[in-house]
Amino acid sequence: MDSSHVLSVVTFVYGLAAVLYVASLIFKREMPGIAASITTLLGIIGNTAGIGLRWWESHQQGIGHAPLSNLYESLVFFALTIAVIYMVVERKYKNRLIGAFVTPLAFLAMAYASLSPNMNDRIMPLLPALKSNWLIAHVMACFIGYAAFALAFGISIIFLIKLRKDTNGDSILARLPAPAMLNELNYQLIMFGFLFLTVGIITGAVWANSAWGRYWGWDPKETWSLITWVMYAVLLHAKMMKGWDGKRIAYLSMLGFIAVLITYFGVNYLPGLHSYGSQ
Amino acid sequence: MNFLESNIKEVWKFFVSVKLTIFLLLSIAGTSIVGTLIPQNASPEDYVRAFGEFKYRIFEVFDIYDMYHSWWFYLLIIMLTINIIVCSIDRLSATWKIIFNKNPSFKASQFRELANREKFIEKRSFDQLLKIYEPIVRKTFGYTRMEETSTGFCIFAEKFRWTRFGVYIVHLSVVLLLLGSLIGSIFGFDGYVNIPEGESVDQVRINNADKTYPLGFQIRCDDFDVSFYDTGAPKEYRSRLTIVENGKSVLEKDIIVNDPLRYKGVNIFQSSYGPLPAKEVTVKFTVTESNVAYEKKVMIGQPVDLPEGLGTFLLKEYQPSANLGGTDLGEAFVGILNTEPGKSQEIILPIQFPNFDKMRKDRIFISVEKHQEKYYTGLQVTGDPGVWVVYAGFILMIAGCIITFFMSHQRICVEVARKGQASTVTVAGKANKNTFGMQQTITKITRQLTESGDQPG
Ligand code: HEM
Repeated sequence: MDSSHVLSVVTFVYGLAAVLYVASLIFKREMPGIAASITTLLGIIGNTAGIGLRWWESHQQGIGHAPLSNLYESLVFFALTIAVIYMVVERKYKNRLIGAFVTPLAFLAMAYASLSPNMNDRIMPLLPALKSNWLIAHVMACFIGYAAFALAFGISIIFLIKLRKDTNGDSILARLPAPAMLNELNYQLIMFGFLFLTVGIITGAVWANSAWGRYWGWDPKETWSLITWVMYAVLLHAKMMKGWDGKRIAYLSMLGFIAVLITYFGVNYLPGLHSYGSQ
Repeated sequence: MNFLESNIKEVWKFFVSVKLTIFLLLSIAGTSIVGTLIPQNASPEDYVRAFGEFKYRIFEVFDIYDMYHSWWFYLLIIMLTINIIVCSIDRLSATWKIIFNKNPSFKASQFRELANREKFIEKRSFDQLLKIYEPIVRKTFGYTRMEETSTGFCIFAEKFRWTRFGVYIVHLSVVLLLLGSLIGSIFGFDGYVNIPEGESVDQVRINNADKTYPLGFQIRCDDFDVSFYDTGAPKEYRSRLTIVENGKSVLEKDIIVNDPLRYKGVNIFQSSYGPLPAKEVTVKFTVTESNVAYEKKVMIGQPVDLPEGLGTFLLKEYQPSANLGGTDLGEAFVGILNTEPGKSQEIILPIQFPNFDKMRKDRIFISVEKHQEKYYTGLQVTGDPGVWVVYAGFILMIAGCIITFFMSHQRICVEVARKGQASTVTVAGKANKNTFGMQQTITKITRQLTESGDQPG
């Protein structure tokens, strides 16, 4: 069994976890929730093992490199970071129901990687420009940031749904965390994500400077990462200085995540140096 | 107040505004999108083809084709810089007073209504508590102060005052980034040069401009190598470079992508490469009838006589990828064959297919036997005195973000009130932000205080 197989199994493990979380939410039972947590944990173990295996395989082929070098590998890492950060949040806030809105994102990332017909999941040798430790730091930091923003996105959706119909105490939604807590969690995740996005952009700039002799070149991917950064900076200032809260922050958080998605996927349709998209 | 003064005040008021910050940041984000949709720095013909003459003219007025260097984009960035600086100056004095206050004011009443609090009953004698509690609190907090109250005593403590500087560090880092890039764009250069193996240059061409930049020393390319993976994808480009200054070699280094050579503020990066035509080529002439082959060394551009008096041949040029009727033949030479007076024909001699010319079915066919493979290396050559300012900004920004987001100025009050034989203890705290972290600190202190009774002594 090679790493691609392991990882396609992980896709379904995350899928199962998502189903269990949703079941726990809808049927108001603890059991599926506990099962969901265990399943997610298994997914994380499999996901980590798959990445490790892939690393080992690349060394077997004599082209050893960290498995963070193309769209497929980045999606796999993205799914792992989403799942890990989610589990940390679940433990810290002792609420399983957020999982119903977050694990589907890990599943989608893996499903896109494993099942999309035009996804290249072969281990490819590294092009000269990609041989850099800065690149590894850059990709890891960016995806940790993206994952935190993905969670914030899921939480903003819950928040908005809750605000809209938080009436009787018996509804499914009533069991989700209180809006105040969601609001706080959203903010915490955005600060965490912002730090990592900052580190990601900076390590990327240092890498670019060592490869091409310029730390910033306004190529579309760079520019979009800056746009994303600025959007979250606006959110932070609106919150810290103007006391914005609740709905407006949730909308900004969602808008920020759309910028993340454009930075990640959309930019592939624009011309530029970042080779992930062109494969 | 005179006219000038009131004007300055107006301008100041305009810039001390977070609304302005948000407006500027959104404007920068919004306009940046345009630059990712319209390719930058392409040729005018391309733009006219894409947009038509009329739109092209309008876009040109607003520098859309090089918008990140346009006057209005610079204006936004300069406004942002002033905005940050003015805001920081405006607030710094208040922050300064809090941070460097020798005698911070505490009032027990300020802490009595806080949400962040824990309460417990202490059985040990009141006099004991007085001695035990303060050292415990002092361990976690730098500053402590004891005060008597009507019912007992209070310990005030605080830590991480300096974290209030976090925001200023972040904003300073933004200013440094902008300053560093400004220095780079004024005093730096960004050029490229191609050097054939064995040759040297002492100047480079500036990108996107019809200018050259003198280096003040020479770069010599001693050797260039490219290696490939089995898949055919490039694995490594390697140039052996020597810096020659005043006729002396001063530095020698192999550079690869991601590992440049730096000398006197000039950075030399591996960027591209290409094959060079060989000057001398060994050509094989085979006479079809007798199948006798003759080898001859031929210089490009110098005609030679064919064997057995069959005419003359001129090696015209080298082509890195010759094309015949849409088929790529790879590396090839092009020659001109003169077998009869007044009748010359151009022939292609692909290096990979030595029998290619046989297909002409002439009395003689020609192939290239040996040519010395030579390359030129393509180097990106830059100089940027602002890069260290930018890097300093990078470090400050990361440090500042960590301080701003995850640390806070925490103040607590441990209030002990006599109640019969026992005492009630309330631990309450407030922080300038990050209330979650404050709650954790309170829980920790509370645990330490209660557990201190469990130990003997
Ligand atoms: C392009 C970048 C930025 C600009 C133009 C900017 C601008 C401003 C301005 C004008 C203020 C209000 C005045 C002041 O309190 O000094 C402010 C406040 C603040 N900014 Fe920024 N800022 C930027 C980036 C950041 C970043 C990256 C952070 C994240 C750590 C940050 C954190 C803060 C905080 C915490 C405050 C509130 C200060 C307080 O409570 O006194 N800023 N910013």
